[in-house]
Amino acid sequence: MKLINKSQVAKKMPVRLAVNTVCKGLFFLATLVGLIVLAILFYRIFTQGIGSLNGDFLQNFASRKPEEAGIKAALIGSIWLMVVVAPVSLLLGVGTAIYLEEYARKNWITTFIKVNISNLAGVPSIVFGLLGLTVFVRALALDRSILAAGLTMSLLVLPVIIVAAQEAIRAVPRDLREASFGMGATKWQTILKVVLPAAVPGILTGGILALSRAIGETAPLVVVGIPMFIAFLPQTVMDTFTVLPMQIYNWTSRPQEEFQQVAAAGIIVLLILLIFMNSIAVLIRNKFQKRY
Amino acid sequence: MNMTLMRENESPANGFENVESVPFSEKVYETSNLNLWYGENHALKNINLDMHQNEVTAIIGPSGCGKSTYIKTLNRMIELVPDVKTTGQIKYRNRNILDQSYKVEDLRTQVGMVFQKPNPFPKSIYDNVVYGPRIHGIKNKKVLDEIVEKSLKGAAIWDEVKDRLHENAYGLSGGQQQRLCIARCLAIEPDVILMDEPTSALDPISTLKIEELVQELKKDFSIIIVTHNMQQAARISDRTAFFLNGEVIEYSDTNTIFSNPNDKRTEDYITGRFG
Repeated sequence: MKLINKSQVAKKMPVRLAVNTVCKGLFFLATLVGLIVLAILFYRIFTQGIGSLNGDFLQNFASRKPEEAGIKAALIGSIWLMVVVAPVSLLLGVGTAIYLEEYARKNWITTFIKVNISNLAGVPSIVFGLLGLTVFVRALALDRSILAAGLTMSLLVLPVIIVAAQEAIRAVPRDLREASFGMGATKWQTILKVVLPAAVPGILTGGILALSRAIGETAPLVVVGIPMFIAFLPQTVMDTFTVLPMQIYNWTSRPQEEFQQVAAAGIIVLLILLIFMNSIAVLIRNKFQKRY
Repeated sequence: MNMTLMRENESPANGFENVESVPFSEKVYETSNLNLWYGENHALKNINLDMHQNEVTAIIGPSGCGKSTYIKTLNRMIELVPDVKTTGQIKYRNRNILDQSYKVEDLRTQVGMVFQKPNPFPKSIYDNVVYGPRIHGIKNKKVLDEIVEKSLKGAAIWDEVKDRLHENAYGLSGGQQQRLCIARCLAIEPDVILMDEPTSALDPISTLKIEELVQELKKDFSIIIVTHNMQQAARISDRTAFFLNGEVIEYSDTNTIFSNPNDKRTEDYITGRFG
């Protein structure tokens, strides 16, 4: 006797196939919502801002007159910020991830630390701003410098980088490590020559996402006290500065219609900078994957 | 099919003359009263085994009998598993390797290992072979080139890969990858080679090639091989240890184990009554 009634299976078949099709449609719709909103946003920003976007806009400092307002200080400031945030957060983040995944003993303390790092990734950015104000600006007397802001921003993105790097390191197959250890490699040699090369694409993906967040973040810098209006370029990391999102925020909060257009132009510049950074990440990633 | 193939040109490894010479060869490993626990689980119970130079020692037994655990203890790879505890002694060339003052890095430059699943690095064939020498600090390009050729020839894969040394090792077939892993192991010029079920993931032809290779390699190396394939143990080893539930039930020369076992359980296992 057969346990499966084939005619019932056949009867169920159209329903199963229909559910399959419906689900596909639903997920496509979900994607579409995001895409449409993004497209509207891009359309608005570009139609508003493209008129103000020209050579002068890139070369001028901020101004009280919208037609003379430029993004120079903020653009250069954002780049300065990255110069501090990228090395500090990547070195600390990857180092922490390596320690937690490769060296730390697997016990409840390690688990507790890992859980809390994930939690930190969800702490509001303004809290990090307060931390930066207390520790870097006041206690270490770095004032409202690029260094103070950069270190604050590094702390903000650190959890994201740690978690991404941990996952990338954990994804490296165990048998590759065993092969390396089996030939008498030390732990560090194994990490350097086997684990990290295999984990680099994952680490970079997380790292660039984190840096993109840092470049668009405003709140912690407001708390740290970074000025919104500045008419000179910083010379060292100890100088004060401003960044793109602060400048954009400043413009959008002004009543004049023209400043809305200037703000839109600023957003375009910010978007281009982000795309540029992400492209670099993709290039580095491809390069590392080709080596294999 | 493999059985018959091997029978026709069977090496004298299993022959009587060889067994005669066995007692005179030098001991590489001497294990005495080894016990091992995974947490609460007593995985190896009072193991006493000696392994000899230029011999192939096979370790057989059903799944979960502790044979992989034991071979991983011989190069202390077992320490990668958290919460492992050992008592007793394993002397390698008269020095207790379980003594924590014996550096694992030092031990593993003498004792190479080939794993169950081929595990080449995602690098070129050349870079795979020179990995070991490089981490040991050898930088001279000429020396490295020579090591690559010698090791790949030693692992009987040179002719197949000599024109594509700088291509990715992942492009090789499973059997080729395993021979590359053997070459990578030979490149550190070890004294002993541990093989943990090296053919269990391979097809019969590749298996045969590896078995022939093992016969060649024992001229220069001492080989300890874990296998769940009894015919393989019979074909290629000089001595065989039968493990069951973490204990050594019987250990003697392969001929005796397979033709005239002492213990009823050994006989039951090799005749396929369980396991």
